[in-house]
Amino acid sequence: MRSCEPLLFKNRRAEGPVFLEGYRKNGGYQGLEKALRGMSPADVREEVKASGLRGRGGAGFPTGVKWSFFPSDDAGEKYLVCNGDEMEPGTFKDRQLLLADPHHLLEGIIISCYALGIGTAYIFLRDAYRECAGNLERAIDEAAQAGLLGDDILGSGFSCEIHVHRSAGRYICGEETALLNSLEGLRPNPRSKPPFPAIKGLFGRPTALNNIETLANIPHIVTGGAAWYKSLALTEQGAGTKLYGLAGHLETPCCVEAPIGMPLGELIRDFGGGVWKNRSFKACLPGGASTPYLTAEHLDVALDYEPLEQVGTRLGTGGVVVFDDRTCMVAATLNLLRFFARESCGWCTPCRDGLPLVCWLLERLERGEGTREDLTMLQEQLSHINGRSFCALALGAMGPVDGLLRHFAEEVEDHIRMGRCPLQD
Amino acid sequence: MATLLSEKQIAQLKRRVKETPHPREMVLDVLHAIQDANGWVSDEGVELAAIVLGLSSLQVEEIATFYDKIYRRPVGRKVIHVCDSICCWSRGSEAIMLRLQQLLAIAPGETTADGMFTLLPTCCLGACGEAPALRIGRTLYGGVEPEQLEAILDKERAEVES
Repeated sequence: MRSCEPLLFKNRRAEGPVFLEGYRKNGGYQGLEKALRGMSPADVREEVKASGLRGRGGAGFPTGVKWSFFPSDDAGEKYLVCNGDEMEPGTFKDRQLLLADPHHLLEGIIISCYALGIGTAYIFLRDAYRECAGNLERAIDEAAQAGLLGDDILGSGFSCEIHVHRSAGRYICGEETALLNSLEGLRPNPRSKPPFPAIKGLFGRPTALNNIETLANIPHIVTGGAAWYKSLALTEQGAGTKLYGLAGHLETPCCVEAPIGMPLGELIRDFGGGVWKNRSFKACLPGGASTPYLTAEHLDVALDYEPLEQVGTRLGTGGVVVFDDRTCMVAATLNLLRFFARESCGWCTPCRDGLPLVCWLLERLERGEGTREDLTMLQEQLSHINGRSFCALALGAMGPVDGLLRHFAEEVEDHIRMGRCPLQD
Repeated sequence: MATLLSEKQIAQLKRRVKETPHPREMVLDVLHAIQDANGWVSDEGVELAAIVLGLSSLQVEEIATFYDKIYRRPVGRKVIHVCDSICCWSRGSEAIMLRLQQLLAIAPGETTADGMFTLLPTCCLGACGEAPALRIGRTLYGGVEPEQLEAILDKERAEVES
């Protein structure tokens, strides 16, 4: 069984969270010391860029490149916002990290603020993660007491404060510009881009936005160096490790840290315990609810950004959701689309009206009432909705529909031909 | 209106509003405080939040009605949120929801006659590794079997009554 020395989960213990003492005992805050004492902010940014780290929140944009658009050296108020909204179904990795080791995120945030010339950071946390918020608040107090946070950190002259912001539900808040509105106390509809948040973000000021897992990688890149970090991946182009969620029809659903580039089938077998009840693998979402399905023929694919794009899907959040051979993929897709339709913020027509239409079509198909015209209309929605909505929510929502029509066309046809769901007795 | 929060709580919130450079950012904190004290946010609650924050009622209302975890209608002593997203669905959340409806004799969106429980579906709770999951009040239950629900409800009821 192939595994890796954990980075982000190195302090994860069954007995509960590790706080400052435990975190420091195991090498915690050494990255911060190294950055503040021996590296310029530009050095840190270069190291992160060279590491090949890509955003772990779903979009997979290279973190160093994203940071290169940020006016790090400009004077004036700038913000870092950590996106901890984690509401993509199948995604529970950030929660696992915060339940185990809140200082890990804090160190990542403080180093990132130093690299980007930022004095104030917000952690935007979803409502369901109250326990995580408690862990973070305690960790922030501890870090401030120890001189790791606040004014003149470790005598370096660099100052930084971190605030925890608790949200109150709604998936759209994970969209970065909706998140900024939510944080400002405005109705969380997305904003138009440009201007991008790096130029005009929170309270109209330059804002860097990164996911929890992304930021928690930063201390390791600083400590171990870009070349070492990059070498942790199993693929040539990949970098680092990943927190994979393993859920759905598995014997042992769990969240594990494994190298980027881990083959899908190996991860499912070695960590997920294989498909439950001795059934066989039919399909999976490789990276959360918005990523098109993979099938049994894809079990050798490496869980890395490029290899997954080559087979028409995305690494997304790394939340793998497995379906066994008794699952109706029309029904699964309907469940996913009901989620997206309900969570649409209602701002733009393709999303607000298009997604309920897609649900209606899938309901008809699943009930055995669907016709060829319904199927054509469903196919048309891919081009009617994709690229026409205000933000990426609707595009993500159509991911499973795209996967359904590409990989399970015959199963969809069977619903029409038989006038019922072929997987129901 | 003052009964929604104590004088002390209102004074504390007002002080924080005064100290923070961007008071509007606190709108959810104030709404959470009102909801924690009253179970839900009434029209009077929206008005109180507006006064505390120095906003109009409309500015608060458009926030209060957006978030599904801010309740703008009365709810029971405990709200049951049953996750109906994909991982929980794949491991039996529909059976959980049906059993709860039977045990409580209410439909989703309703509150039991004794005012104890409100039953609501919710999207992913971030407990996909413990599916099917549900949340009652602040307690998360994972790996729930329909047969366990009666005991879970009894325990939650006893907590309120004790």
